[in-house]
Amino acid sequence: MEAVHGHDHAHDHGHDHPTGLMRWLTTTNHKDIGTMYLWFSFLMLLTGGTLAMGIRAELFEPGMQFWRPEFFNQLTTMHGLIMVFGAIMPAFVGFANWQIPMMIGASDMAFARMNNFSFWLLPPAAILLVTSFFVPGGATGAGWTLYAPLSVQQGMGMDLAIFAVHIMGASSIMGSINIITTILNMRAPGMTLMKMPMFVWTWLITAYLLIAVMPVLAGAVTMLLTDRHFGTHFFNAAGGGDPVLYQHVFWFFGHPEVYIMILPAFGIVSQIIPTFARKPLFGYTSMVYATASIAILSFIVWAHHMFVVGMPAAGQLFFMYATMLIAVPTGVKVFNWVATMWKGSMTFETPMLFSVGFLFVFTMGGFTGLVCAITPIDIQIQDTYYVVAHFHYVLVAGSLFALFAGVYFWLPKWTGHMYDEKLGKLHFWLSIIFFNLTFFVMHFLGLAGMPRRIPDYAPQFADFNMIASLGAFGFGLTQLLFLYVVVKCIRGGEKAPAKPWDGAEGLEWTLPSPAPYHSFETPPIVK
Amino acid sequence: MKKVLSLLAVAFAALANSPLAAAVQFGFQDPETPIARQIYSLHTLILWICVVIFVLVFGAMFYAIINHRKSVGHKAAQFHENTQVEIIWTLVPFLILMGMAWPATKTIIEMKDTSNPDLTIKATGYQWLWGYEYVKGEGDLAGVSDGIQIFSRLATPMEQIYDKSANKDDHYLLEVDHELVVPVNKKIRILTTAADVIHSWWVPAFGVKQDAIPGYIRDTWFKAEKTGVYRGQCAELCGKEHGFMPIVVRVVDNAEFQDWASKHRSDASPAAATSAPSAEAAPAAAEATQVAAAEPAASSGASAPAADGKATYDGLCSACHAMGIAGAPKFGDKAAWAPRIAQGVDTLHQHAIHGFKTMPAKGGNPALSDATVMAAVDYMVSQSK
Repeated sequence: MEAVHGHDHAHDHGHDHPTGLMRWLTTTNHKDIGTMYLWFSFLMLLTGGTLAMGIRAELFEPGMQFWRPEFFNQLTTMHGLIMVFGAIMPAFVGFANWQIPMMIGASDMAFARMNNFSFWLLPPAAILLVTSFFVPGGATGAGWTLYAPLSVQQGMGMDLAIFAVHIMGASSIMGSINIITTILNMRAPGMTLMKMPMFVWTWLITAYLLIAVMPVLAGAVTMLLTDRHFGTHFFNAAGGGDPVLYQHVFWFFGHPEVYIMILPAFGIVSQIIPTFARKPLFGYTSMVYATASIAILSFIVWAHHMFVVGMPAAGQLFFMYATMLIAVPTGVKVFNWVATMWKGSMTFETPMLFSVGFLFVFTMGGFTGLVCAITPIDIQIQDTYYVVAHFHYVLVAGSLFALFAGVYFWLPKWTGHMYDEKLGKLHFWLSIIFFNLTFFVMHFLGLAGMPRRIPDYAPQFADFNMIASLGAFGFGLTQLLFLYVVVKCIRGGEKAPAKPWDGAEGLEWTLPSPAPYHSFETPPIVK
Repeated sequence: MKKVLSLLAVAFAALANSPLAAAVQFGFQDPETPIARQIYSLHTLILWICVVIFVLVFGAMFYAIINHRKSVGHKAAQFHENTQVEIIWTLVPFLILMGMAWPATKTIIEMKDTSNPDLTIKATGYQWLWGYEYVKGEGDLAGVSDGIQIFSRLATPMEQIYDKSANKDDHYLLEVDHELVVPVNKKIRILTTAADVIHSWWVPAFGVKQDAIPGYIRDTWFKAEKTGVYRGQCAELCGKEHGFMPIVVRVVDNAEFQDWASKHRSDASPAAATSAPSAEAAPAAAEATQVAAAEPAASSGASAPAADGKATYDGLCSACHAMGIAGAPKFGDKAAWAPRIAQGVDTLHQHAIHGFKTMPAKGGNPALSDATVMAAVDYMVSQSK
């Protein structure tokens, strides 16, 4: 297969194939771009993780140990911004780039040059974010939500963050246009929409969400920018504005955003569980409808982030009911995954371990989400560590674990080598243990009354904070093991066959490993 | 997964045996108002429903993981849909959710009913302290506490926070110089607002959390059923001292409240500040000054208290300038002040009124008059030459 691949390759691209740095700067190849997305997001994961270590070091015991309170606020803010916009979102776009053309039988993405541009917008944005620590006044400390009027008060680090968000938003929108166009126009003959792999379906829906809400975020931060510098009063009551307007606009983006970060994760897990259960995905049709329902509902629940701003009872009731409704399609998905495993013939390689871990721990995050949806309870736990626990259960155990699962699942296809199974499993077990050690105790902290985003706390919170900090250091270090496993797999290892998993289905497994430079030169026929 | 659970179990067992075991809390604080009790039982109910569903679903999953694996020779079935089952597991969760929504709805409607309070108190969030004002009301307690004003600031000394060797108080970070005092078994309505950024007034034992939004008034209520001291914290990120603006409410019986109110009512006029039983003269005067200036209605009389630069300094500026926080020139530090004084006192006035670098305009309290701010600057300059 290698020989055939090499031959095709030389034949098609002998005339124009820069090497070295220029290859990466000018590439229009979906695999090269996907690779860059993934490395970029991993670098951001380590950056955001380092900030998290700074947070947990300060919170290791009561009293101020390392930082001034204002720097602590910068740590929590930048940890959030970098993880959301730098790590999780680009990682999923990386997966989309690598996998969608291979899974729908296309040769590449629809807009190859725009694809290059949407990636290369990200490093400048990341540089803006990271260097904002070094400008006068430091990075923004207004929280990743950048609530006005606190964000209006901030120093120039805030402006850098606003520009970074603008740039990353533009990148996401271009990426989404590309993904939608690719999926709708470049599927192999015979692949109807309802025959698409779940991962492709979830990304199609996610891309629509991105196009719908990234401009809303851009609007929110632009209003912030003009309030800061050009004398407008969108969020200033003294000028006829309203601070709460910012929250409404932000969360109209923010809630679909959380599904942007989890729907592709659902897609990855929906590819992996059937593979290792050696059994087709249970309820494919209902999975598609459930995903679409979640996406639609995500537009009418935003104010559940704002139950304590003082909205009327009717508002609280509407947003509570709508939010609780999301539990129904989410439940359908969980039931479908369990039903897929039921009476299967399961094996537990690393991708499956991460998927089962995802299912178990993500569902805990789902349940705490339901608890948060109940307005009276939310009024107690809003802005406490309970919420911190909840969203790390869905974002780390949800999105990040699914990303890990996906990396292990497709690494053989990407690199042509098998990864080290033993180390992969070790990575899983360390991750899930340290993850729970870090975040489970945060539920207790939140219930007992510890607010989030505070650099110091009363002594009754000391024990759980120490456990959480130890867990966090362990979790952070464990990710270096992941780096080692991936690098080792790229550099060598057992040769991967075209289809390394015997239960795998889908077009990507009909290609040799590693996949050829152009995925499908002639479209395969899907029956 | 077992490993996780056993590890957690070990961790908790270790905690349970430690001398701190009594302090370790896994759930909500003890509820002390009818609303907080409802929230507590709602949470208990929903937690148990979730636990039961969790055990059922993951019981099934782990059963499959143990029995339907290749290594025990299980052959994969090939079914992939079952409309009946799918309808059931869509409808049943829906019905369970309706069961949860019903009691929650009743609680929401009760929480929102702030009508007919016995006492109304306005809580104003400042960076970074709480101001309380007993509003003139029509309830049972009309006239008892009208016009009393309190400023409530973290009482934990700085060295306990920054010096590792210092012993920490029992109520480290949850103690204030002047507590909010309310009568027991009375419906207390809290109006929240803020002077600078959004804060949030939260007392967990009362089941009350309400954002305080600059330029707007929101309200909430509680009825404490037991006398005692209840502690909470600001719950909305409000800048660097967000973690250092606690809320302490002392619930007292009716007679004690009348007694306390009659002593404090006279505090409303700065002249009588010295009669404050618990407060030192200076902070009490500072409170009076700040509120007088903060109250638009009182602006005509602002010139009199505004002349007292020291009071404004103690009440507001000292938050940063006493310690030299965020690059602020430290009060009395001649070396730090000299280059600034050299710019001319007019420049300093302008910087203080309109803001300069990290110095917020009017120290973050836009309600202060220019004269008040200038008097405070003059006072600080005079003490730092």
